[in-house]
Amino acid sequence: MSEIASRVKAIIVDKLGVEESEVTNEASFTNDLGADSLDTVELIMEFEKEFSISIPDDQAEKIATVGDAVSYIEANAK
Amino acid sequence: MELKRVVVTGLGALTPVGNTYPEFWENILKGVSGAGPITHFDASKFKTQFACEVKGFNATDFLDRKEVRKMDLYTQFAIVCAKEAIEDCGMDLEKEDLNRIGVIYGVGIGGIHTFEEEVINYALTRETVGPKFNPFFIPKMIADIAAGQISIMYGFHGPNFTTTSACASSSNAIADAFNYIRLGKANAIVAGGAEAAIFEAGVGGFNAMHALSTRNDDAQHASRPFSASRDGFIMGEGAGCLILEELEHAKARGAKIYAELAGVGASADAYHLTASHPEGLGAKLVMQNALEDAGMKPEDIDYINVHGTSTPVGDVSEVKAIKDVFGDNAYKLNISSTKSMTGHLLGAAGAVEAIASILAVKNDIVPPTINHEEGDNDENIDYNLNFTFNKAQKRTVRAALSNTFGFGGHNACVIVKKFVE
Repeated sequence: MSEIASRVKAIIVDKLGVEESEVTNEASFTNDLGADSLDTVELIMEFEKEFSISIPDDQAEKIATVGDAVSYIEANAK
Repeated sequence: MELKRVVVTGLGALTPVGNTYPEFWENILKGVSGAGPITHFDASKFKTQFACEVKGFNATDFLDRKEVRKMDLYTQFAIVCAKEAIEDCGMDLEKEDLNRIGVIYGVGIGGIHTFEEEVINYALTRETVGPKFNPFFIPKMIADIAAGQISIMYGFHGPNFTTTSACASSSNAIADAFNYIRLGKANAIVAGGAEAAIFEAGVGGFNAMHALSTRNDDAQHASRPFSASRDGFIMGEGAGCLILEELEHAKARGAKIYAELAGVGASADAYHLTASHPEGLGAKLVMQNALEDAGMKPEDIDYINVHGTSTPVGDVSEVKAIKDVFGDNAYKLNISSTKSMTGHLLGAAGAVEAIASILAVKNDIVPPTINHEEGDNDENIDYNLNFTFNKAQKRTVRAALSNTFGFGGHNACVIVKKFVE
């Protein structure tokens, strides 16, 4: 697992209160990890803070799974 | 239309002197002070460095960590306390019509700690990341969310809202719950109050108003209502919760009944933002309103749990009002301020003090006003009245009246009496 992936997963475990083993690349925030719409917004904000990036709303809407988040951040983090 | 009778069938208290209602009751009878140095933040540069905090509270002992993170401390207090009261009332919720169970929870301020943290964070980051707020900022901070959270947890679909009238908030919650039930609009209501404002903005804000005691070197003796050397109130935090239930509903399920809710009153001083009316006009009116609502006379009351916050002006005007309303009977009843022990729980004060009043009625014993020293007498206070100084007093308590007055001039009063068929 890349360093970015492990940091992303740690945030998800903390914010959504889920087990690390559940946080697979394919896991959907809303369907698999129990996130509601507010949780999802908060997660995006936490990623922005952790990686000092800004994720525009139209991009944020496309981030539905753990893998989506990791790929976006790997492509956009400085 | 005949009004229904309303009884108290469950209690919960989460206070600076006990995290359950039996512990709270035991400690206020013993005269235990809940005051100590502030631990929620570094208060060393504040004028007031002590308060009555709740001790040893971990919301995660009761609730899921993920949920706790989305709740301000005041909501955590509200929920844990409501849980105690709901379990205490022994209702089998699977057999109940949940559309007829409501939640009315008073809050004076709301999530001030959440507000403070989020605004500080915004101020620090707005230049670099722009205007970003946490999505839980508003739903954590708003004053109604405790009532909402309790309904979500239990599936109660009845009337659901908060009452806000500063330090009278949860007396207003009890009054509203009483009205819904006696009008036949609900079978039971989880009525209470919660507050968690011992944070920088809360302490700093009240300090700026010169409302708080600054007796930093003697915190445990700082809350001294009706003593000449009193110098302001001591902030408290926590929650109180009562299960109010329609009498026939309670009897049908064989519920234990602590007391009957006899009457409620509400009034306004219409005088000043923060100072109480010097002649106690609003206080007098609210007690008269409550007596009239209860169909009772001054001689029917054996105990007054006063607002009595230990402020120079407020204590004097409340005593004047009591003498005006009760006349000669004022000298026969007991008066006490349990805030001498718990501090001032602001929006939770009405609920916690209603519980003290209910337990006084049930057990025939009046909790004391602690911290009065011999001779520390204020020339504006009549010490022929029985302030129950320093020691609990056993006596028959047929009925008790609980006063709460809030900044803004809001007054609310609740009368409870022994339940007799």
